[in-house]
Amino acid sequence: MKKLPALFALLCLGFFAAACFFQPSDTDSQNNDQPTAHIEIKGSDTMVNLTLAWTEAYRDDHPSVSISITGGGSGTGIAALLNNTVDIANASRRIREEEIAQARNLGIEPYEIIIARDAVAIIVNHDNPINYLTLQQISDIFAGKHHNWLELGGADRPIVRASRESNSGTHMYFLEEVLRLGDPNSKLLFDPNTLLLPSSEGIIAEVRDNPNAIGYDGLGYVTPDVKVVGIGLSPEGPFIWPSIETVNQETYPISRDLYAYTNGEPQDATKFFLEWVLSEPGQEIVKELGFVSITP
Amino acid sequence: MNNFIIPSIKKITNNKLISRIGEGIIATGIKVSGFSAIIFVLMIFYFLWSEGFAVVGEVPLRVLFSSRWYPVEGYYGILPLIGGSLLVTIGATLFAVPIGLSTAIYISEIAPRWVREVLKPVIEILAGLPSVVLGFIGILALAPMLRRTLNLPTGLTALTGSILLGAIAIPTIVSVAEDALDGVPRSYRDAALAIGATRWQTIWRVTLPAARSGVLTGIMLGIGRAIGETMTVMMVTGNAPIMVRGLSALFLPTRTMTATIAAEMGEVAKGSTHYHVLFMIGIILFMISLIVNVTASLLVFRTKKRADRILS
Repeated sequence: MKKLPALFALLCLGFFAAACFFQPSDTDSQNNDQPTAHIEIKGSDTMVNLTLAWTEAYRDDHPSVSISITGGGSGTGIAALLNNTVDIANASRRIREEEIAQARNLGIEPYEIIIARDAVAIIVNHDNPINYLTLQQISDIFAGKHHNWLELGGADRPIVRASRESNSGTHMYFLEEVLRLGDPNSKLLFDPNTLLLPSSEGIIAEVRDNPNAIGYDGLGYVTPDVKVVGIGLSPEGPFIWPSIETVNQETYPISRDLYAYTNGEPQDATKFFLEWVLSEPGQEIVKELGFVSITP
Repeated sequence: MNNFIIPSIKKITNNKLISRIGEGIIATGIKVSGFSAIIFVLMIFYFLWSEGFAVVGEVPLRVLFSSRWYPVEGYYGILPLIGGSLLVTIGATLFAVPIGLSTAIYISEIAPRWVREVLKPVIEILAGLPSVVLGFIGILALAPMLRRTLNLPTGLTALTGSILLGAIAIPTIVSVAEDALDGVPRSYRDAALAIGATRWQTIWRVTLPAARSGVLTGIMLGIGRAIGETMTVMMVTGNAPIMVRGLSALFLPTRTMTATIAAEMGEVAKGSTHYHVLFMIGIILFMISLIVNVTASLLVFRTKKRADRILS
């Protein structure tokens, strides 16, 4: 009697194994006429949603190609390309010289393709009376030269700075182009009190909830829950708000290119996918998601 | 009857050799698994050491023990990270030990049987709660609430992390401490009550000291869980590497060693200075948990000796 449950369990296991075993061979025979291909993509968190949308649309036309996407940050993606574990590394910043040198040591030749453009929006809470800031003021805020919104014409509240972790391409871009105002000799750093949040959503959540907070995020991630601040190059203005138009007219000062890196020139399935991404349907999706297409 | 017993005895003698060999194999197997724990610990330590020791040649000690952590630009000061981990853990202990201990005492000594039968399994379910879920609760409910009630600049502080880590440690403390209290013989309590001690005096002076080693083990296990916890602290402490200067730092954001390793390990190139420093942090974390465990076993050992003395 005692053996009965064990026998039953074994039987169940047997059925389960049989189900697992037979199903894939079934689908294999269906797709036998098309060669299956797999593309592994990893990198920038800013680009995860965009890449996902591309993949879903691409899959409709090319059911034989399976694509898997992971985020983790631009640095993570490039590190994975160097370790040769991905086909495409997404990066929201350009690959660094030392990373290229490292790649060549490992026998990898990074090949760069610009696949979309993005604007970095500066965001504050809706209760914050500030509507626009100059680039210099933003730099001063994040470098820790201002500690109260009163100094910038706001309410008497402490300033809480919210940033991404340093493995984010947006973090490095912000450091180089906003905090250091594009000056390669500048040694300015983020104020040590700056919150380093692990995701774009984390920044949105903190800024949405906290009237003291100021943060930055890719335009594609900004929701109506937070207020986007206009940016000017001088205190007199003009102040520009980020949008597809202002980025393409190059009037919005903090916009950047989004990159895909492959090992050498892309081949086969990876090549077809990237060609499609750069084509009109691919770039149409870029616009839908709040990014800026490379073809105006 | 006889007919039944005799063949079975014969069977045993026939199988003696086989069973002895079987026993030998099982005994060796158990011995190997016993030692394997030691081997694993040594291997882990060797691995950490071989990857992290290179730091000594690459980063001067003056830089390593400075107060600025920004590895992208070569600032490798690990003091704020060590401070952050200790701060959050101490905060969690201050929060979890009194609550955990009183819960254990209530369940074991005061609660009626049916309450106890409901409470214990519920607390054990709490122990299985994924830390990510606690992190979500922290971000969406606890952090905004703390910011409003305490009027802080931001709700993502060491205190938020401490409270959530305390919540993670409490089930462990309650579960182990309650078992220990439960193991104290009934006669101890009866004797105390018989000589006229109140219920409170019995608990505080007799039951709790008698269960001391188990209670301490529970507390140490709870603290161990708090130090090693990563996901929750990464989500709710704000991760700003601020130098800890006193207990007021509880109300500021902080960055722990575990969160730093988790956030930065994915990005570093293997073999770079940053990579080695992260492993060095791993070694320090390993050392701290070693110290906690050794202290725990020393404490348990000492109390055992005292208990022996009382009984003899």
